[in-house]
Amino acid sequence: MTRPASVPKGLSDNSADVPPALRRRGHYWPALTGPLLALALIAVMALSLGFGARDVGWSDISGGLQGLNDTLGQAVVQMRIPRTVLAVLAGAALGMSGAVMQGVTRNPLADPGILGVNAGAAMAVVIAVAWFDMQSLNGFLWVASFGAAGAACFVYGVGSLGRGGATPLKLALAGAATSVALGSLSAAIILPRADVAGGIQVWQIGGVGGATFDAIRPMLPFLGAGFVVSLLSARSLNMLALGDEAAAAMGERVQVARVMAALGAVLLCGAATAICGPIGFVGLVVPHACRLMAGVDHRMLLPLSALGGAVLLTLADVAGRLVARPAELEAGVITAFVGAPVFIAIVRRKRIRDL
Amino acid sequence: MIEAPVPAGLIRDLRTLRLRNVRQLWRFTLLGLALLVVGFALTLSVGQSVTPPMDVIRVLLGEGAPGDTFTVRELRLPRAVMGVVAGMCFGLAGSAFQVLLRNPLASPDIIGISAGASAAAVCAIVFFGASGPTVSAVAILSALGVAVLVYVLAWRDGVASGRLILVGIGVAAMLQSVVAYSLSKAPAWGLQEALRWLSGTLNGASLGQVGPLLAALVIGGGVLLTQSRALAALQMGDDAASAIGVPVAQTRILVVLSAVAVIAVATAVCGPIAFVAFLARPLASRISGAGGPLLLLSALTGAVLVVAADYTGQFLLPARYPVGIVTGALGAPYLLYLIARIHRKGALS
Repeated sequence: MTRPASVPKGLSDNSADVPPALRRRGHYWPALTGPLLALALIAVMALSLGFGARDVGWSDISGGLQGLNDTLGQAVVQMRIPRTVLAVLAGAALGMSGAVMQGVTRNPLADPGILGVNAGAAMAVVIAVAWFDMQSLNGFLWVASFGAAGAACFVYGVGSLGRGGATPLKLALAGAATSVALGSLSAAIILPRADVAGGIQVWQIGGVGGATFDAIRPMLPFLGAGFVVSLLSARSLNMLALGDEAAAAMGERVQVARVMAALGAVLLCGAATAICGPIGFVGLVVPHACRLMAGVDHRMLLPLSALGGAVLLTLADVAGRLVARPAELEAGVITAFVGAPVFIAIVRRKRIRDL
Repeated sequence: MIEAPVPAGLIRDLRTLRLRNVRQLWRFTLLGLALLVVGFALTLSVGQSVTPPMDVIRVLLGEGAPGDTFTVRELRLPRAVMGVVAGMCFGLAGSAFQVLLRNPLASPDIIGISAGASAAAVCAIVFFGASGPTVSAVAILSALGVAVLVYVLAWRDGVASGRLILVGIGVAAMLQSVVAYSLSKAPAWGLQEALRWLSGTLNGASLGQVGPLLAALVIGGGVLLTQSRALAALQMGDDAASAIGVPVAQTRILVVLSAVAVIAVATAVCGPIAFVAFLARPLASRISGAGGPLLLLSALTGAVLVVAADYTGQFLLPARYPVGIVTGALGAPYLLYLIARIHRKGALS
């Protein structure tokens, strides 16, 4: 069993009665991280409105935000508002869901992409489209959430078979294997149906381009429920981080807490995946970065991860627009390039025993 | 000389035991070969229409009816040959890696080497309009680069295979997004063509493509087979191997180079056929009950797998699927089974 990136750190940090030898060197600025991330978010949202295939100035941005549609620049800004909103929402959802998953599995490598949860959501959507001719976005959201939940349970189940429990290596491998299997099955389902294949292929890269408010609206209840459930389980996640026995000893109903938290995470990443397609690594990178800045208390970590995820995904979207001008690089590609090195760095940092 | 009193009877017993093992291995190799021939013949003679075996032989000798000649020579023969050769490549390379790293999970398709070859091939084709040998060369270089990269990144006072596998998964995830992105930029490709690079297929095989593949198999496979004994020694650990006179570093470099070349060329031609490299050796060893590198047997198993899966995907399922989909659906459960069985402590360190 592994410890999440060192629990005692956060617990011992601010208490004066802990002997100096037990105090950790790190200094956290939870109070500072929040405002900082919020500022960063505003900045990247402005960037997202301003930059792209055609750059627009401040006057057009402010005009566009007031609903004006007179100049070309303002029209461009109008087009970019929904995709910015979607990037912020989906990023927040993915970031928080990653933090919750890392807490629930007590596994530093947990991420909706690595664990195959995205592939589960994708597979469910493919089945719904190909076999049941589903068209409504609302339906996608339900189906994707169920698919995500199914894949999460399956991967966690397989990963925790055997004596060692759910080690990061087993979870990552189980996730990879499940992703390949689900990918194969999805391909097998869409191959004979050329009519749906094209759209699904684009969706499977994962990005926020082409967003409309009509697509975002049905996602809101899912995200809202997910955020609330996740935030409510923050305290239980702190308990779970101490280990199952200790958590139970402190009066936590371990299984209930775990299921509730996982439900929140699955709602969040299922909804994000249904609308944007599978976007990997946001849920991996952001919680780790936030933990470095603000410590391991989930009550702080979860909202901060949401903020950080929003910043990261919006930034990835802007970067994707700038790198491949005048075309676009999907945000999912960028996050993979940012995220995979972080994944590797985490793997390198851990001792072998923990893997 | 051995002067210790080893009883002569024990030596004799060991010798007969070893002889029996070798015979057993040959028996299974022949069995694999027979299976492969059956699969090959089946692919040549039974498809959308059935061509009687005698007609197939006549066509191959160059004296068949025109219709049969087209079906067998243009449609079925390239496919069958390519399936066999590519399957052998995947099987060989997979088993070489698994033996070298002493871990069944460390096969090239899991630790990102196939993904490296595939990503380079797609990029070369989509963005630079490359074709033929150039694609193969780029794929080899990139696969080598990925192999070195994964090894270096996994290095921390030695390479633990658990860490190597995880690093490989991370690198593979990155490369797969490169593939996905390149495919989305390719102007007029259908999903069929896209799937070649996502999961591997034998569609559109031609005898012209088999040339470089065969060359890679003969050269790389030849080198690998000469290293077979050294690999067997390496299975006991580096120290033991060097104690009995195996040049460990040299063997390792030779094996990695040739295995990467073999799998990169195969991937450049027919895409990363999912899990064949991963499945071949465990299947071979499970069926034959033998240990050791099992290079030849793994190659045969890989070829049988690809040919059988391709035939299944073509004719036995309700729709036509590329071979990689079938092997992917086949291999993933086995991988899951393997994961569930990792419980010995240190099995992956």
